[in-house]
Amino acid sequence: MRKIRTPYLLLLPGFAFLFTFFILPIMNLAQTSTQTPVGGGDTGQFEQTLRFSNYLDAFLENKEQFGRSFVYATIATLLALAIAYPLAYAIALKGGKLKNFMLILVIAPFFTSFLLRTVAWKQILGEEGFVVPTLRTIGIISDSTTLTSTSFAVVMGMTYNFLPFMTLPLYASIDRIDPRTLEASGDLYANGFTTFRRVTLPLSMPGVVAGTLLTFIPAAGDYVNAAILGSPNTKMIGNVIESRYLKIVDYPTAAALSFTLMIVILILVTVYVRKAGTEELV
Amino acid sequence: MSHKVKDATIPHIPTGARISRWIGRNLIRIYAVFAFTYLFIPVAYTFAFSFNDSGKSNLIWKGFTFDNWQNPCGAPEVCTALANSIKIGFLATFFSTILGTMIAFAIGRYSFKGRSTSNLMIFLPMATPEIVLGASLLSLFLVFQINPGFWPTVIAHVVFCISFVVVTVKARIASLDPRLEQAAMDLYANERETFRRVTLPLVAPGIAAAALLAFSLSFDDYIITNFNSGTIKTFPEFVYASAARGIPAQANVIGSAMFFLALAIVITGQIVGRKRKVSA
Repeated sequence: MRKIRTPYLLLLPGFAFLFTFFILPIMNLAQTSTQTPVGGGDTGQFEQTLRFSNYLDAFLENKEQFGRSFVYATIATLLALAIAYPLAYAIALKGGKLKNFMLILVIAPFFTSFLLRTVAWKQILGEEGFVVPTLRTIGIISDSTTLTSTSFAVVMGMTYNFLPFMTLPLYASIDRIDPRTLEASGDLYANGFTTFRRVTLPLSMPGVVAGTLLTFIPAAGDYVNAAILGSPNTKMIGNVIESRYLKIVDYPTAAALSFTLMIVILILVTVYVRKAGTEELV
Repeated sequence: MSHKVKDATIPHIPTGARISRWIGRNLIRIYAVFAFTYLFIPVAYTFAFSFNDSGKSNLIWKGFTFDNWQNPCGAPEVCTALANSIKIGFLATFFSTILGTMIAFAIGRYSFKGRSTSNLMIFLPMATPEIVLGASLLSLFLVFQINPGFWPTVIAHVVFCISFVVVTVKARIASLDPRLEQAAMDLYANERETFRRVTLPLVAPGIAAAALLAFSLSFDDYIITNFNSGTIKTFPEFVYASAARGIPAQANVIGSAMFFLALAIVITGQIVGRKRKVSA
């Protein structure tokens, strides 16, 4: 009897906590999203009127920012994958004695606050940094072109910030590959590229799925990179939600936007995981 | 391995060909050096500008000084914000590590009804963008008329740290050799003793890694904190707020110091871990 109860007893405190501070808030968010302002009341006073067209209004009003969030997040995820895969491959298969040290190097930038690093990029790419004057002297960019306050800077910042989230799961799954399978592929006269395409890549798919999810999800909801490295023209949905909540105090719109964002991400994730065909997620 | 044999049998290779062969063979390592450089550019920049004799705005290089390092609390609010971040980080790490480890043992060790639902419950907070987590918690606190502040921030951090703790500890539990526990039982250890003397010490490195991860996630969080911290300011919030007018060099000092401190902790952990493996 005790044995049957043990797992539930272990789960109870954690799940009670998650229910109270994760599930309840999400339910409350859904509830807030259909409210409307109290007529003649103060700002911040809302009543439940089950106005589902809040969703339509919120979406239509901000479809540009929605689109931008998903486009930016997709590009940043693909870039991070392209940068991180060879790096993870190098650490896992060519790292040798330095493997653990290189892994530490991947997470080490985390320890300097990501905000400090994002601000550092802003200054490095800014007018007073060394990159812009150099590129202008060489003639790659014109005198009027800037790097900060552009989509380029925002996407670059996101790629940079989420790179370790992409590298670590990739490393974990490449590291698990039995080197003998790669040797076997070579013995069967596959060249390096064929071995990669037919053996290494398929075996590392769980890492690709986990890494792209761990990058795409936070990137789609991010607003810090857009706020620091971007301009009003690069606003993402996160920036809108933040200002609706904390500055304009328009809770129903903010809630509707948050909920839409969450549902869209969950649908994309489910479809993606089904297509990629991996069961174990992280 | 086989390359060496080949090299020995071919005595004379022109230097140019040798260099290009070396590059071809080490291309991936050369790439790794470039990738790490990219990762560390802003870290190096932050460190360099912690020595800037900048006055209030740390935007342009004005000269070298040790002043900022000698007086890291010199800029107003920097150290209050740092202290808040450390306190919140420790509390969030403590609670999320305990709760998460218990969940990891339940999911990793037992098969029971509702196990896949439990896995989903752990995955959901990770699949929810931070801004939704932060915003939804804030609206719950508002409904219950709890003012945002210190404890709401701790709670918010525990929510997003738990899943990462569970995933990390679960991976460690999955890698355990079940024969070790069977051996303990064979040697007449009861269930409790086996857990305390065999299982727990073996899982401990995983729990330590999870705690370190939880602390760094909490310490570095801005989005969720910004929604729930009210008038309390954490270090990331301080940096964000001062980003517009240029952050004081003292913030760079703290960022760099945290970097070296954490690096020292991780490397020490690695060395201790290796020694234990060797002696065992």
